Amino acid sequence: MASDTQRILARAAREVIPGQIVNLGIGLPTRLFHYLPDEMEVLVHSENGVLGCRPRREGEAPDHDMIDSGGAYITTRPGASVFDSATSFAMIRRSRVDLTFMGAFEVDAAGNLANWKIPGKFSPGIGGAMELAQKVRRLVVLCSHNDKHGNPKILARCRLPLTARSCVSRIITDKAVMDVTPEGLAVVDIAEGLDPADLQAATEAALIIDESRLGRF
Amino acid sequence: MTLLTEKVRDIQAAVAAIPEGATIMVGGFGSPGTPFALLDALLESGQGGLTLIKNDANEPGIGIGKLIEAGRVTRLITSHLGLNRTAIEAMNAGRLEVSFHPQGLLAEKIRCAGAGHGGFLTDIGQGTEIAAGRREVEVDGRPWGIEPALHADVALVHAERADRYGNLIYRATASNFNPLMAMAAERVIAQAYRLDAPGELPIDAIHTPCAFVSQVVQVDRATSEQGVRPHGL
Repeated sequence: MASDTQRILARAAREVIPGQIVNLGIGLPTRLFHYLPDEMEVLVHSENGVLGCRPRREGEAPDHDMIDSGGAYITTRPGASVFDSATSFAMIRRSRVDLTFMGAFEVDAAGNLANWKIPGKFSPGIGGAMELAQKVRRLVVLCSHNDKHGNPKILARCRLPLTARSCVSRIITDKAVMDVTPEGLAVVDIAEGLDPADLQAATEAALIIDESRLGRF
Repeated sequence: MTLLTEKVRDIQAAVAAIPEGATIMVGGFGSPGTPFALLDALLESGQGGLTLIKNDANEPGIGIGKLIEAGRVTRLITSHLGLNRTAIEAMNAGRLEVSFHPQGLLAEKIRCAGAGHGGFLTDIGQGTEIAAGRREVEVDGRPWGIEPALHADVALVHAERADRYGNLIYRATASNFNPLMAMAAERVIAQAYRLDAPGELPIDAIHTPCAFVSQVVQVDRATSEQGVRPHGL
């Protein structure tokens, strides 16, 4: 039986199209690395200044000048390049990165994202999240559907300070895959065995659910 | 500006000339590119009341973490401190004033200073608290936030190779903020693992032309704290 995070990651890997430039946010999204097959021609961008990184293979010695933005010692695949931070963020701001995956504290029906600050509790700074969220062509949020106390993270409207407005295209949680549409959050896939009414009950935002078209994952 | 022929310095002499209370840019994203040897020399040299500009705060006990823990740093301009709990504690206790900028804006503010510009126009952060209070100007019918350039008295940078004139080559992801900072400060002190005679570096591989660099010190690869940790931040 796959864990919730494995199911989220396996589902998220299906979002990646061969030929794309993809950024993997810190935390859960970084683990997507291991779901992208070597032969897939995708260049993974890391904002510290590398395009075309991949995890080290077992036994491969670390190069101490070669990290990703999460600090893991990585290596590169054919077609890779390295560059400075200004070039790296120019790539992001010019929307030359096709797809990014990010975690979330909160995400809402309008596609607003909050993932950097909990006032009074957690404020280590924003890093590169704001530019990635605002400018990458397609932002897919990967997160648990509810926090550890069971409170919904998929809200009618975010309450925490925003990372960026109207930036999210799709949300993948352990319970559902949802698209941000002008009408609201439309459920694309629902977790195997989960009742649509229970999904709605676990979600603050109103969900658009067409049971005749619902996929399972 | 330092004459080309007078840039190679002893490391302690290079940092001893940094004044008390200086604003200092420090290269590096996590460990790669952090000028560890220069930071250790600065710690030993004793200057305090410093304002540091660095992407992150390294980790407890290494790099600028040591300077923060020794109470030498009054203010830090950064993008995040997530991996340095002692820096977060110092911030929360009011011992360290911290200004946060989105990482790409921080890089661009430094790049602008290095390019001799006063600032730039951006739409990053509009509609969020980052842009609160930021001056705006309308260009081509759109509102843009004004981001001033970020200057410094001194930049401490790390290169893989240098020559005696101060031409620099960075390696892999140890580049990051280094080439930007190497253009942006009044005095630029570069450390390099390898110091060559002029003419030894391939001219089309040089990242920072020597005109921007004030002083060069050669450091031993073995003294770098980089690589002593299981990960690279």
